[in-house]
Amino acid sequence: MSRTSLFVPLGVFLLIVGVGYAGFKLNDPHELPSALLGKPFPEFAAPLLADSGTVVDRTALLGEPVLVNVWATWCPTCKAEHEQLLRIRESAGLRMVGVNYKDDPAKARSWLRQLGDPYEFVVQDADGSLGVELGVYGAPESFLLDARGTIVYKRVGDINPRIWRDELAPALARLNGVAAGGKNE
Amino acid sequence: MIPELGQLSLALAFCLCGFVAFFGLAGAAWRRQRWLDALGSMVTGQFVFILLAYAALSQAFLADDFSVAYVANNSNSLLPWYYKMSAVWGAHEGSFLLWTLIMAGWTLAVALRGEHLPAAFAGRVLGVMGLLNMGFLAFLLWTSNPFERLVPMTPGEGADLNPLLQDFGLIVHPPMLYMGYVGFSVAFAFAIAALLTGRLDTAWARWSRPWSNVAWAFLTLGIALGSWWAYYELGWGGWWFWDPVENASFMPWLAGTALVHSLAVTEKRGTFKSWTLLLAITTFSLSLLGAFIVRSGVLTSVHAFAVDPTRGLFILGFLVLTVGGSLALYAARATVIRSPARYTLWSRETALLVNNILLVISMALVLLGTLYPLAYEAFTGGDKISVGVPYFNAGFVPLMLALALALGIAPVLQWKRTSPTRLWRDLRWPLAISVAAGLVLPLLISGALAWQVVAALTFGVWVLVSHLWDLLFRARRGLGRVTLGYWGMLAAHLGFAVALFGISLTSVLSVEKDQRMSPGDRDTLGEMGVLFEGVGNRSGPNFVAQRGTFRIEDGNEVVFLYPEKRRYLARESVMTEAAIDAGLFRDIYISLGEPLENGAWAVRLQLKPFVRWIWLGGLLMAFGGVLAVSDARYRRLRRSVPVGTTVADAA
Repeated sequence: MSRTSLFVPLGVFLLIVGVGYAGFKLNDPHELPSALLGKPFPEFAAPLLADSGTVVDRTALLGEPVLVNVWATWCPTCKAEHEQLLRIRESAGLRMVGVNYKDDPAKARSWLRQLGDPYEFVVQDADGSLGVELGVYGAPESFLLDARGTIVYKRVGDINPRIWRDELAPALARLNGVAAGGKNE
Repeated sequence: MIPELGQLSLALAFCLCGFVAFFGLAGAAWRRQRWLDALGSMVTGQFVFILLAYAALSQAFLADDFSVAYVANNSNSLLPWYYKMSAVWGAHEGSFLLWTLIMAGWTLAVALRGEHLPAAFAGRVLGVMGLLNMGFLAFLLWTSNPFERLVPMTPGEGADLNPLLQDFGLIVHPPMLYMGYVGFSVAFAFAIAALLTGRLDTAWARWSRPWSNVAWAFLTLGIALGSWWAYYELGWGGWWFWDPVENASFMPWLAGTALVHSLAVTEKRGTFKSWTLLLAITTFSLSLLGAFIVRSGVLTSVHAFAVDPTRGLFILGFLVLTVGGSLALYAARATVIRSPARYTLWSRETALLVNNILLVISMALVLLGTLYPLAYEAFTGGDKISVGVPYFNAGFVPLMLALALALGIAPVLQWKRTSPTRLWRDLRWPLAISVAAGLVLPLLISGALAWQVVAALTFGVWVLVSHLWDLLFRARRGLGRVTLGYWGMLAAHLGFAVALFGISLTSVLSVEKDQRMSPGDRDTLGEMGVLFEGVGNRSGPNFVAQRGTFRIEDGNEVVFLYPEKRRYLARESVMTEAAIDAGLFRDIYISLGEPLENGAWAVRLQLKPFVRWIWLGGLLMAFGGVLAVSDARYRRLRRSVPVGTTVADAA
């Protein structure tokens, strides 16, 4: 046994930490650059969840800031987020549009009946094609658009009180500030 | 207002921990007696302030203050008061608050009971513990604040506590587990203090032994409670799943068991010194890894970890500082293993070495099985694999049998050397009895010879008989001379044998039937008749339930069992509440599956022989740990000034 053998435990530990750190960095969804930030929301045409016969397109999102929320009934985080969205809808009056992602419309409709519906309308994206356009990484994801339909903020993961307070609400305030400023000019 | 006071208390406690760390470590290094004298009041202060914060959060729960985000997410006005109290540790933030409270409690205990320690040494121990709790409190304050408000979006009703946690087992399980995890910080702090002092004699081992035993007993109890809870609450009768959360508590237990034994050798014989230091550091590091990583969610998926990157990075940084720092200190200060005391092959030292090797290999096995899927997912970019039960069982069964084999020899072995002739004289009868029992008992219990049962019973009886044989031998010289320490060892080792019986018999002999039953249907379970009488409705405080009635006929005895399917209103979640007729030799376990057409139900009927023995064994082990600490020599130790106090330390 030499003195250097005493460094073996430290070496093993640093190896484990190194592997862990590399792994987490590799896979951090927040590190994904969003190519869409600052770009217009992509063109689309999708049927409404409430009425599959009606098809809406990008123009339905314009006019005032809107939060586009990608959700699905198979996603447990979406359920937790849903309460939060209802709360934000009630307290902040933010306009919301849902994208029901790779989901069964019947299940989605009964989900909204049971849990409450914060959305102005929900579009179906059963095959996930709109999700591909949006670069959706997984549900839930949310996009904040300004009145002209430009994506100003993107959130991968749920909107919780912390995200609302630290990121979404300030982004919305900036938007409204700009809008108000524009009117005053 | 009260939640803000709680937060303020946490901030004050954080500052006090900083003072404890500074005055403890610097006071010892620069020999400022007055700094060291002040530690006691600072330690008391941090405990009191964390207790205030804890009380503030409890009050927020009891008062249904849903403006506090943590309360809103984990409570509900319909929740019974005792679950409101336990909901405090029902999720991440609050359970971490409990963790810091327990940490402060252990620090206070060391300050109060450590008056026999040299002042400088005690200062270093308290300083290290203060530093640790400072880290925990920083984590709480900056990344996991339990007092965060939901203003102005205050909801009118809370989301309710996860129904799985609305249960007695979960009221007591986390505090026990945390007492164990955090308790090992004491052994850790003693080891670091010894390394800082550069005095690697046997004194630190003697001082930290009782603390390690108590922490070990708590951890044992915590794990046993967790297993018992999973058994009756998860609704399908499993008692151990090898899932990452359980493994996280099992790894420090394995390392801690090795530590408790290694400390004995270091104290009594002065060998294994470096090894014991390393085990003390490893055990607490695994506790940290386990608790932190379970709470950060990294083990369910790396994604969960990354979703809150501040928490993840804080944890990683904290681990690097504490574990990396202490291992670096170890590398710099520990002496290369030299064995001043010689021992031969047939000696207690060798047996304890075997114990250590087997336990550390087991721990490495669990560590690998737990972390490998994680590393795999991270490097493949999201592909998941799972390391399943077969991996763990294949590795664990032979290791535990080898441990049992060595354990049976242990009580007879003496320090330094034991003559093989004497060994043979003392062990031939236990050997014969255990082989005979291994062949006869399985036939009596199950009427068949399954090799797993034969092996487990042979080894279990081997441990049992060789220990009782030794006790008999000692009793002839007078039971009064048998120390509490010996009784503790005996209880813990018999606990191991009892758990071994329970685990093997339940695993091999359980009967499990999934049946479709309509009201009035009859079935059999082993030799018993089961009659399904039907399903009725019942409502609880925050749930509605469908309740089945089963009539079990066992000879002339009749038992009724009432399994339930509960729907918790606030979360709209459905829970299966199994009904259990518990017995020392067998449990009857019935759970309702899904309702089928025409009033029929999918029903799971289970007969689980000897399942209670698993937890009984755990209780015995924990009891043994406590008995050993009550040994008179620890009281003597506190009264007398320890030998080997150097001038530098006394100064």
